[in-house]
Amino acid sequence: MTNLLKANQRRIAPWLFLAPGLLMFAVYVIIPIFQSMWISFYDWDGLGEAVWIGTDNYVEMMDDPNMVTSFWNNIVWLALYLLAVPAGLFIAIFLNQTVRGIRLYKSLFFFPFVISQVVVGLIFSWFYAPGFGLFYKVIEFFTGTGIAVLADPNLVTFGIIAAGLWPQIAYVMILYLTGLNNVAPDQVEAARLDGAKGWKMLWYVILPQLRPATFIAVVVTVIGALRSFDLVSIMTRGGPFGSSRVLSYYMYETALSEYGYRMGYGAAIAVVLFAIMMIFISGFIWKMWRDEKER
Amino acid sequence: MFPRPIQQRSAAAQWTYKLALPIALLLWLFPLLGVAVTSVRPASDLAQGNYFGMPSYLAFENYADVFRNTPMGRYILNSFIVTIPTVIGAVSLSLMTGFALAIYKFKANLLIFFMFVAGNFVPFQILMVPVRDMTLSFGMYNTYWGLALFHIAFQTGFCTLFMRNFIKALPFELIEAARVEGVAEWRIFWFIVLPLMRPAIAALSVLIFTFIWNDFFWATVLTTSPEAQPITAGLSSLNGQWVAAWHLVSAGSILAALPPVAMFFLMQKHFIAGLTLGAVK
Repeated sequence: MTNLLKANQRRIAPWLFLAPGLLMFAVYVIIPIFQSMWISFYDWDGLGEAVWIGTDNYVEMMDDPNMVTSFWNNIVWLALYLLAVPAGLFIAIFLNQTVRGIRLYKSLFFFPFVISQVVVGLIFSWFYAPGFGLFYKVIEFFTGTGIAVLADPNLVTFGIIAAGLWPQIAYVMILYLTGLNNVAPDQVEAARLDGAKGWKMLWYVILPQLRPATFIAVVVTVIGALRSFDLVSIMTRGGPFGSSRVLSYYMYETALSEYGYRMGYGAAIAVVLFAIMMIFISGFIWKMWRDEKER
Repeated sequence: MFPRPIQQRSAAAQWTYKLALPIALLLWLFPLLGVAVTSVRPASDLAQGNYFGMPSYLAFENYADVFRNTPMGRYILNSFIVTIPTVIGAVSLSLMTGFALAIYKFKANLLIFFMFVAGNFVPFQILMVPVRDMTLSFGMYNTYWGLALFHIAFQTGFCTLFMRNFIKALPFELIEAARVEGVAEWRIFWFIVLPLMRPAIAALSVLIFTFIWNDFFWATVLTTSPEAQPITAGLSSLNGQWVAAWHLVSAGSILAALPPVAMFFLMQKHFIAGLTLGAVK
């Protein structure tokens, strides 16, 4: 027995090392994904008997105006959140110098990313607060009337996205600062001798070398935009009149809040969100796969 | 270096830069500074409309009030009780999975690796209903363990990606040499690889600490009362009770932000090394 074990050690060992982590991950992540897909075909309140209703949840979704709002808001989130990438690059370039105290400046610029989104949400709620919020006051000073951003159905999503961009820009900035640190100095010097500078230098010499950083920045920004839940929940609870809902928040509302426990419909919304995210996740995995093969 | 070092530019440009730095920082952190100042502003100032001027005195009693009148102390304790086992659990599990995926060649290797990576990016909502249901049926709803076990499992995805790439970058000759000597596989893991993993363990620990401390979604889904609620969920429910008591909301926010901020400043190098993994080739 011991001999058999010894002889096959290298074939058995990886599975023993994998077992605990793989088991936990399967139970809490992989299997629930398929369970959710399954639940999405049921009408279920989470307690009583679940009733099989086929694709009814998905059919209902087609005519659900809240679904349209949430979906549209997700697209706005995605598009505007990507502004974090150029903005982060801009700040990284601004800070990529060696003057006294620059390290502290870099850390302090990174600050918003370290604190919880709950706190970021509260900070921005205070910033926008009608009557005395700083943003309100500044607008009032320039135009005569303040704007209550979070109470205006047309502006609320933009207000929340601005709050989300604050930590996201910080994150992208740190990615680019690391990238800029590793730009090959000889190439920059050679390009400089050839007369390249400013935008041309950035576009033709620096950005190509920053591609790994840009890739990660885009991935984390897209995922972050589609995962947006905390800020919506803290700042508006989807309001006013449901105008700031996004898919992740609407799913939570349907399945677990005062609107009733509609687990089946909630799961169906989650499946839609999952399908959208899978497009991006597959792209990411595909690129990683290619890099692995090249090695 | 890009951009051109400021030292090579005119004195005027250097002065402008040195002046622009603090102004930019001030603008960038303005909302945060505002909240920090509000957290020590006495309630009477707010009542009189003094929102932006100097506080009439430093009202540290706001913090005392928060601790006296709310379960804030309990929330903070809960956050630590959930976060620390999660860090230990996820890092230990992923040391093993990362080792298995980096060192051994077997058919399902890449498949399992990419499953961990992909799982790490899925939207939380697709897991919500089954995980909540499972936690309820284990009798762990609204407990530390219910929350921590989920976090351990989920974070194993990201941690495995990190550990596997780190171990892959170690010199493979070390392992081959040990194998020639006839060292058992678990001893290779324990005595050869593990001691080299210290920087990776440090980087992941600070990152996971921050992620879990700041988690709000799972705290809302898996806990309901101050017995188990971590500070993010606690702060959100207090925010509902403290309508317009901005001095208290601010004090609570600062308290919730402090531990991860302290962690970041103490372990900055590791934190950034962890976060920027893969940002350079």
